[in-house]
Amino acid sequence: MSNILVAKEVTKKFGDYVALQNVSLAIPKNSIYGLLGPNGAGKTTLIRIINQITHPDTGSVFFDGEPLQPHHISMIGYLPEERGLYKSMKVGEQALYLAQLKGLSKSEAKKRLKFWFDRFEIGDWWNKKIQELSKGMAQKIQFIVTVLHRPKLLIFDEPFSGFDPINANIIKEEIIKLKEEGASIIFSTHRMESVEELCEYIALLHESEKILDGKLIDIKKAYKNNVFDIGLETANGEVLMQELNEKFQLNKSDYNVSEKQLNFTVQLPSNDTHQILTYLSSIGIVNNFMERIPTASDIFIKTVQSKETHA
Amino acid sequence: MRKLPLIIRREYLAKVRNKSFIIMTFLSPILMVGMILLIVYLTKVNDSEKRIIAVLNESSFFTDNFQTNESTSYIKFKDLSLEQAKDSTVGLGYYGLLYIPDFPNLEGTAQRSNLYTKEAPNTSVVNTIEYIFQEKLRQQRLIDIGVSETDYNSMKDRFEIRMSTFEGQQNLKGVNIMKAVIGGGFGYLIMMFIIIYGGFVMRSVIEEKTSRIIEVIISSVKPFQLMLGKIIGTSLAGITQFAIWIVSAGLLLTIAVLLFDVDLQAVSASANLPSDAMTDLATITPNNEKAQQFVGEMLKIHWVTLISSFLVYFILGYLIYSSIYAAIGAAVDNETDTQQFIFPIILPLMLAIYVGFFSVFENPHGPIAVGFSLFPLTSPIVMLMRLPGGIGDGGVPLWQFITSIVLLIVTFVGIVWLAAKIYRVGILMYGKKPTYKELYKWLKY
Repeated sequence: MSNILVAKEVTKKFGDYVALQNVSLAIPKNSIYGLLGPNGAGKTTLIRIINQITHPDTGSVFFDGEPLQPHHISMIGYLPEERGLYKSMKVGEQALYLAQLKGLSKSEAKKRLKFWFDRFEIGDWWNKKIQELSKGMAQKIQFIVTVLHRPKLLIFDEPFSGFDPINANIIKEEIIKLKEEGASIIFSTHRMESVEELCEYIALLHESEKILDGKLIDIKKAYKNNVFDIGLETANGEVLMQELNEKFQLNKSDYNVSEKQLNFTVQLPSNDTHQILTYLSSIGIVNNFMERIPTASDIFIKTVQSKETHA
Repeated sequence: MRKLPLIIRREYLAKVRNKSFIIMTFLSPILMVGMILLIVYLTKVNDSEKRIIAVLNESSFFTDNFQTNESTSYIKFKDLSLEQAKDSTVGLGYYGLLYIPDFPNLEGTAQRSNLYTKEAPNTSVVNTIEYIFQEKLRQQRLIDIGVSETDYNSMKDRFEIRMSTFEGQQNLKGVNIMKAVIGGGFGYLIMMFIIIYGGFVMRSVIEEKTSRIIEVIISSVKPFQLMLGKIIGTSLAGITQFAIWIVSAGLLLTIAVLLFDVDLQAVSASANLPSDAMTDLATITPNNEKAQQFVGEMLKIHWVTLISSFLVYFILGYLIYSSIYAAIGAAVDNETDTQQFIFPIILPLMLAIYVGFFSVFENPHGPIAVGFSLFPLTSPIVMLMRLPGGIGDGGVPLWQFITSIVLLIVTFVGIVWLAAKIYRVGILMYGKKPTYKELYKWLKY
């Protein structure tokens, strides 16, 4: 079984409001999976279904090949978007409590907490109350609590909100480490650019429906349209532009010429770059040649637009 | 279900370690006993002012009737005219002047006597003086009709009718009221407990919502478990607090009584206990035989039944109400939004207490008492007020007792189920001010 989680035709309604409409997903083991979409698309509802906080009206969810059951809870770590801790409870006590709720024994939880507290160099926080900590500090505790029981599946809903860039980076690295250790990870966010570089797979949710999913590389491949950014070191840029214009389809608004440097964007009819590269090398030194890969949000916008025109 | 004890433990510790909870726990008995002492002290101070009343007695009927007592001193004026006496009274700063003129007969003397004071006189002063006159007049009349004082006193006994059930059990005056007071005490305890600790449950739910920890928790445990753990943990904390209150208030009160020599009866009277019961008790105490009967009656109360049904009604009643409180806490974002929902909860509780005090004390088995002791939202309180009379055989009919318990259990299951549904949806709803319509919709999610 190569998928840690499979959702089949999941539908969830709240009264008249449809939160999820026939959503099917497959999340491969040991991968980082981006669940992307704007606010209200149904991401949190889907995550809550995976966490068995709510249950689907129709459809089914499988965890590691088995239909989702209460005992799977201890194999999932969840960092919700709306997160917090008991303000007047001490850090250590609280972490122990939450770890025990996830099924760890007290001594085991203590041992692992010590490890994490040492790793983040926050051992002296143990007897502090949460209300004495800053928001970023509390978020670190929250992260530890989420991963402490070594879940097979980790779900982060808007993970980097509330972190400053430095701490966000620390957390990012920790998450990658967890993945290397074998965990599968779901990132859910409406800020697609924040997780794009991390995700191997993505699914786009829009208005309660899944509009696209798959391997990010494949999706990007499918959505790129042979647009290249090119930089050329040459003496007579202006003259050259004319020539290029005749030979290739140029994006005119997107070029500039400074002394000895010509930057421009071109859309090729196919992915074959041989012809243009040989031509360019013959007239100057190519110092930049890069394909424009669409970002996840480009793809999202494109998909939504094409859906709307088809509809 | 291994997680339930964890939740209970956390909720209990969170409550018990809370600073204001600790302060309340230890301060309340001190405040309460202090309040009682203060009332006693103030009552004493109010009465302790010693009044001096000058008596200008020109008649021969009253010679040594005006005896100085604890609160009033009588000073005799002699050979003064009324005007002189008045001047002297004012000059000496006495409380008042009692003028008794010389007249051939007692009645005339009494009618012509006058009490002069600066302001309208204190009632107890007037009462004492009037009593002295009345006694004198009565004695005079007795002599007139030729009856001796001893003969008269032997006629004075109050009559009390013997009461018994058809089976021949003796009924004792005051016992019914005493029983109702005991039942009422239990009922009142339940109401106080529900209002105080139900509110705690609600605030604790709101706290979990506002601190946003709720979703972290319910990704590990079922909302229902969390709700149950919260209710149980909070009530254990409540029971701890109550136990400390009762023990320490008892101790303090004993110490206070020993130290300050407080008259407990006066305390009870000023604490507004039903005064009938107190006077009945008071009339009984001197009479040894009756006291024994009374104690016998008290022992005859089915304490086992009473206390075990107290536990049943307490647990079921408290669980019903506190799960409603939990649902309210889940539905709102902050405490100010709870008002519209709290009132409908308090209403049946208040109703139960008032119906209990006004209707059940009077007639423990009347239609109102029966109705309210069956209705599940009031039965925990009202039924307990009826139960000291026992079950069956002159007490609460067995079918009523069973019906009320069954109704309570059915309601308990229903309400907890509904509350859990609202709770489950509510804890994840933010920023919405809920209406009853909204809550109804949540039931269908």
